[in-house]
Amino acid sequence: MSTNGDAAVEVVPVRHVGQWFAMGFVALLIAMFVHTLFSKIPSGARSCHLIDGRNQCHAILKWRFGWNLIFHYFTNGGILRGLVVTLELTALAMLVGIVLGVVVAIMRLSHNRLMSGVAWTYTWLFRGTPVYVQLLLWGFIAFLYPTFAIGIPFTHIYLFQFGANSVFIPFNAAVAGLGLNEGAYFSEIVRSGLIAVDEGQTEAAISLGMTRAQTLRSVVLPQAMRVIIPPTGNEVISMLKTTSLVVAVAVVDLLGAVDNIIGQNYQPMPMLLLASIWYLIVSTILSIGQFYLERHFAKGALRTPPLTPIQRIRQDIRGIATKYRTKRGVQKGATT
Amino acid sequence: MTEPMVEARGVHKSYVGVEVLKGVDLKVERGEVTCLIGPSGSGKSTLLRCINHLEKHDAGELRVDGELVGYEARGDKLYELSDRRICHERSQIGMVFQRFNLFQNLNVLQNITVGPIKVKDVNEEQAKKSARELLARVGLEDKEKNYPTQLSGGQQQRVAIARALAMEPKLMLFDEPTSALDPELVGEVLDVMKDLARSGMTMIVVTHEMGFAKEVADTVYFLDQGVIEESGDPKTVLTSPSSPRLQSFLSKVL
Repeated sequence: MSTNGDAAVEVVPVRHVGQWFAMGFVALLIAMFVHTLFSKIPSGARSCHLIDGRNQCHAILKWRFGWNLIFHYFTNGGILRGLVVTLELTALAMLVGIVLGVVVAIMRLSHNRLMSGVAWTYTWLFRGTPVYVQLLLWGFIAFLYPTFAIGIPFTHIYLFQFGANSVFIPFNAAVAGLGLNEGAYFSEIVRSGLIAVDEGQTEAAISLGMTRAQTLRSVVLPQAMRVIIPPTGNEVISMLKTTSLVVAVAVVDLLGAVDNIIGQNYQPMPMLLLASIWYLIVSTILSIGQFYLERHFAKGALRTPPLTPIQRIRQDIRGIATKYRTKRGVQKGATT
Repeated sequence: MTEPMVEARGVHKSYVGVEVLKGVDLKVERGEVTCLIGPSGSGKSTLLRCINHLEKHDAGELRVDGELVGYEARGDKLYELSDRRICHERSQIGMVFQRFNLFQNLNVLQNITVGPIKVKDVNEEQAKKSARELLARVGLEDKEKNYPTQLSGGQQQRVAIARALAMEPKLMLFDEPTSALDPELVGEVLDVMKDLARSGMTMIVVTHEMGFAKEVADTVYFLDQGVIEESGDPKTVLTSPSSPRLQSFLSKVL
């Protein structure tokens, strides 16, 4: 703030007329949308009462968005069981995907031709076919390999064998399908992270006498994490929604549970909105987790880590407080 | 007579078709400081990297502390060393890089302790104690909690020297340690290196700092196009060079 001698000079901000118009228009659209959220429409049924000796009828109104239904079914047992299945599938498929992805990425960067070739082929196969098809294939794997056995290869001597259908029950088939598909994508994410770490870091570690494995674990991977974490957050959130495809192999997840209820009450829109709200809640929680994870792995890469939302609010409050205090100070100075 | 710390005889090294070292002979005695000078692309860094086996030399004999680098002679055959043995050899040779290469994910103290803890199985408390002593030695005892990005280039390079010393190496290699530094920061790094030289450390330094070479080096080697053009004690080599190549090189850098 510039001052002319002791008196404070008033600063007149520029007026942005166009911006005000645009804001007004957008605000209007928002208001219209919010209105539809809470408007009621005729349900098609009528209610009649005998009033003053005459039968008077009027249409029964219902929420356009079916809030009462959404509210009623929100914590329904079937829905919650489905939600748990969705969360389990997301977690397990990501676990499979991450472990596979890291292994495949390291294989891909190996100097051994067979290793990198196998890794490349895996990525090519699983990234090149739709995940829906892959889910169905795992669901019907028994057609290709009815039994699995451990024994001496190319003979009929088995130590141990089991039927494909006993292992690839729908839930396991879903985890296998989602996880193997995820592994292909995740390996590319890990590979880009590993490549992003400066070659000098590896050289410095090796020159201290560290083995390749130690170098990877203590130096390269922690730094690659900074590159790997943001897309991983994306992948987890994407996986949360992709799990809804497991209906293909008859797993009852959140969407499956919603589908069952639609079959009973014939109210698809409120039920689908209900599912969407649950998906949004979970993905919001996941994004918060991602923020803190990114912040943790930014350690050493940034001079000052980004503020957490709570720190930012505190800073804003402090900023307003000091602004208020200086303003009063200026006024005092001006009046005396 | 004790054997030299480093001895190279006819060392060759090529990268895809380009011959970088064309038969280099070099001898570094224990406790000596050797400076390698020469124009860029002359093979100075490659020679240094061959000595701690960051690069494999193609032909010739390279010995550190009497042992062949990367191989073992048994009978009339050379056996390549296992990765573990090579790691062990490297752990006894400290290396300081032009671009510092401090581990970005670790703070200053962790940068120094990670080697002893992971490679030499030193316990954490002991490693920290020695790391603090080393930090004091390079004048950075108040920076142990900082991350590399929070330090100046000169400070980073001093930490890098401390990191290499933490392994208690018998030989220190410096690959243009001051070339990436602002001019006013060069002095602080050279001071640490001079101090180290006085303490009796065997050092091989690739450098463009002729003043440092003149003051500290016991022997100077001038490399040009993959061969040693001239070598000897720094005063003779740097003040009255005999080869025309060295004369023209010195006239450009001084």
